[in-house]
Parts: sequence; C-alpha cells; structure tokens
Amino acid sequence: MNTFWKTFKVAAWLGWEMDSNWTEPWLFIVYSIIKPIAATFILVLMYVVFAAIGRFNAGPLFDFMYVGNAFFIFVGSTLFGTFQVIQSDREWYQTIRYIYISPISFYVYVMGRAVSKILVSAFAVVITLLFGMYVLNPAVQITLTWSEIPMLAAGLLLGLFCLLAIGITLGGVTFLMARHTQTLAEAVPGIFYVFCGVLFPLTILPGWLMDVGKAIPLTYWFELSRRVLLSPADQAAIAPLTGLGTFSDLTILGFLIVSGVAFFVLSIGVFKLGEYLARKAGKIDMTTSY
Amino acid sequence: MSTAAAHGRPTERRSDLRFRIGLNVRAVFGRAYPRVIGANREPSWIFFEVFLPLLGIAAYVFIYQSFGLAAIAQGKDPATVAAQTNALVATVVLGGTMVAFWLNVLWSMASQLYWEKEIGNLQIYMMAPMSRMSLLAGMAVGGMFMTSVRALSTLVAGIVVFGVIFQVANPWLLLAVFFVTLLALYGMGMMFASLYLLWGREAWNLSALLEEPIFFSSGMYFPAGGLLQPALAPWGTAVAIAGSIVPAMLGLDALRQLTIPGPAPFPIIPDPVIELELLLVLAVAFLLLARFALAYLEKLAKREGKLTSRHQ
Repeated sequence: MNTFWKTFKVAAWLGWEMDSNWTEPWLFIVYSIIKPIAATFILVLMYVVFAAIGRFNAGPLFDFMYVGNAFFIFVGSTLFGTFQVIQSDREWYQTIRYIYISPISFYVYVMGRAVSKILVSAFAVVITLLFGMYVLNPAVQITLTWSEIPMLAAGLLLGLFCLLAIGITLGGVTFLMARHTQTLAEAVPGIFYVFCGVLFPLTILPGWLMDVGKAIPLTYWFELSRRVLLSPADQAAIAPLTGLGTFSDLTILGFLIVSGVAFFVLSIGVFKLGEYLARKAGKIDMTTSY
Repeated sequence: MSTAAAHGRPTERRSDLRFRIGLNVRAVFGRAYPRVIGANREPSWIFFEVFLPLLGIAAYVFIYQSFGLAAIAQGKDPATVAAQTNALVATVVLGGTMVAFWLNVLWSMASQLYWEKEIGNLQIYMMAPMSRMSLLAGMAVGGMFMTSVRALSTLVAGIVVFGVIFQVANPWLLLAVFFVTLLALYGMGMMFASLYLLWGREAWNLSALLEEPIFFSSGMYFPAGGLLQPALAPWGTAVAIAGSIVPAMLGLDALRQLTIPGPAPFPIIPDPVIELELLLVLAVAFLLLARFALAYLEKLAKREGKLTSRHQ
C-alpha cells in the first residue's frame, strides 16, 4: 500500500510539472480559465441567439445548462488526463518502456498523472460558476447553504472517482491505439455530453436513449450537483423534465457508490487486458507518426 | 566515379523549372500518401474521428431542440419555432463540419512540424531538396482527405438523423466558398506550423487553447452575427472582429447563408460574395505569410540550435 501511495504522489507531482512547467504560472492560470469560459460562452450565445429570434425566456433551462456545463469541465479534463498518459509517454516522450519496467503499479501511475488535471479543472469549475453568478446578466441563480455542502462534497468525490475509473477503463484501450488521443478526448466526452443530461433535460432524448442516460453514473452526479446548487425556483421549474425526480438525494448517492465500485473493478480488468494485448502484439512502446 | 556517372547520367544538380515542379509535386503526393495509407492501415480512426464526434454535435442539436420545446410550451407558434430550430440545427451541423477541419489544421498541420521534430523526422525533411511548402501542402492534402470523411458524415447525420433541411440556391458559389475557406484555413495552418516550430512545447498547449475559444469566436455552433447583438456590446463586437481573422468564421457564415432555407439567422456579413472576396484575401495573405515565416523561422531555429532539439 505504501508503494501505491508513493507512486500516486510522485505521478501526481510529475503530472503537475508536465502540465504547468512550459510557461509562467500566470499564463498557465489564464490558459486554464480561458478554455472553459469560452466553452461556456458558446452555450450563452446559443441561448442569446435563440431567445433573440424567438423572443422567449427560459431562465431555469439556461441555469440548468450552465451548471451542468460547469461540472462537465471535470469530465473533459479527467478523461483527457487519463487518455493522454499512455500515449504521451509512449509516443512523445518515449519513456513508457522505462516507467513500465520500474517496480510500480502502472495503473496507480496513470491515476496519479490524471489527478493533476482534476485539480486544475476544479479551479476552472469554480471560476465558471462565479462568472455565471456575478458577471452574467441575468445572473445564473445559484444558491448554496452550509447544510448542503456535505452532500455536494460527497457527490463530487464519488463523481470524480467514477469519472477516474471510467477514464482508466477507456485509457486501457489506448494501449492498442495509434496516436489519436486528442480525438478520443474530444469524442468520448461527447457520449456523456449527449446521454447524461448535461446541457438539456434527459426527457428531450427519445425513450431508449433516455434509458442509456439513466444507466450512466455521471447522469446522477450532474443531477445531484444541480439539486444542491440551483435555486428552489429553478429546481421547481426543471424537476418535471429531468426524468430523475423520483430518486431522493440519498438514493442518488447510493447509485454513485455502487457504480463507482463497479467501474473501479471494470477499470482494473480492462486496463490489464489492454496491457496484455499490447504486450502480446508488441505495441507497448510503439510510435505512430503519420 | 559516382554511381550516377558510371551509368552515364549527368552528375550535376538539376535546377530547371520542370524538374523543380516535378520534384515538388512528387513531394506533395509523397507526404499526403502516408496520411491516407497510414489511416487505412489503422482503421480505428474511423470510429474515433467519424462516429464519436457526432455525439458532441448531437448535444448541441438537442440544446436547440430543448429550447424549441420550451418556446412551444410558452405558447409560441409551433411552425415558426420548427423553422427557427431547423435553421439553428443546420447552423450546428455546418459548424460541426468546420470544426473537423479546424481540429485537423491545429493538430495535423500547425503542430506537425513540431511533432516531426519531436520524433526526429524534421532534420530529414530539412535535408531533402524539395520546398518545405510542398511538404506542408502534402500534409494538408492528406489531412483534408481524412477530415472530409468526418465532415461528410456529420453532414449526412445532420440530414438523416436530425432531419435538417438544406436548400442550395447557388452551388458554384457554395463550392467556391468551401474550397477557398479550406485554402485559407490550411494556409493559416502552414503559417502556424513554422511558428510552432519556434515556440516548442508551448505549441501543444496553444493548439489546445485554440479549440473552444475559436469555436466560440468563430460561431461554430451559433450564427456568428449573434455576437453583434446589442446586449453583448461592446465585447461581442470585439470578439467577432478578432474571430474573423480565422477564416472559419466568414466561410461558415457564407455557407450558412447559401444552404439554410429562407434568410439565415444573424449573418455577420449579409452578402456571401463579399465574404468570398475576404476569404480570398485571407487565403493569399496566409499562404504568403506561411512562406515567409517558414523561411525565417527555419533560419532562426538553425541559428538558435532548436531545429533538432527535442522536448523544448
């Protein structure tokens, strides 16, 4: 266990150094903020344009979308954090063979490397939410009481654990892939973007697609976060549309615990399988440069 | 005696125009070849490049559809809302095709020379006798082929899955706008390629930074004219002006006006011909800048000893 913890710590530190040491700290902070804010502004403009053409007002729907999108920053960063480790070490730095033969758990190493991305994205999520509350006009209706903080924190921890496990599950596949990490990191979050009710209520989806969404744990994480953060008025307007109104907060927390454990086990299995197949095919340290 | 001389071939270096044109055309095909063939040897890209990105686009489509349902629930005329939603969904679908090309420009054009340096190919390219522009043109041709598959699948999905209706009134103008936009975009990619060579590791992060902010400032998922709304003044106008440097904005705006039935919502310039002219100016400017930048920065990189140094 001590080796796992040491590996995790050193990998997280390494990830942070690799992410941030290419530039000055202030530039890195700006860089970390601009991307998510721009992604949020795409949604703001979509709403502005639709509202201007149709002369309609859907404040609660916009708040729903805004908070969902803010938390989605975690998804993109964490998944990219896990996908890119194997490929950057293998193709870019070409150090994977040295790390791979060192006496550490490669799984824990990948997990540690991804954690630095989560820390940076947490900062971006907070900035995005504050931006919505204090800069946007009309402001996004976010309320948070002291009594709601434990629920938000528990949901956040479980959600991130699930996300990390999903990321490593899919990261195991990158053992066998050519250098398409960027595409993968752009494309896979798209699945969650569509099916997890991040930007629109699940009931917008056709019936069977809604069921797909209900089977993904991240759907419940987004729902719980919005229940805690959105104002009661927004929640009252949105609740009939989410398709998850019958579940209590504690039930949702239970779903997250169960699915977190399930994905953790799955991630170990898929990671080991990917590793085995890559070794068998001689792809552990391949480079693809076309 | 050299082998060439022994076989009765002239040993002096040829530099006539015909030879140089032939050499550079072969270089274009030579560099495009591995992109196309390499992709076919590793077909997983079709799933990741073609199928999965459609989901991200679908999310934006569903947003407009959810707004549409909310508008109908507020008592708006369903037929009007449907037409409005179709126009905006078409906007997203066309934007999705342009996103594919922009990502290709960023990750497979702009970053490519830097990538080649990292893996040790750059020095070989530099020693080869063809123009570096031919090399970049080859990358562009190969990249365009791969990306066209993704762009086409986005378009087909828009029509088949989301029921988007397009109406093309002027196909020749449409084709001209499309190809000049690509020319300008890839010209910009060529210019970035040489800059990235100089910037080293920052290039990777710059490519990542030029995704969402450019999707936003170029109006990839909403009509770019929305930035000129009085509610967003003055910063919206500033973003629109800055965004128009990237050819995707004007190209998309013109494509939307030429394909969306009825008046396209919030065009940035309501005349596609003017947009085509501006795109032509951008294309020429970027190609010229790329040529100068490539020559200058190659010299600079050699002088500073950065041409072959990796991980910097």
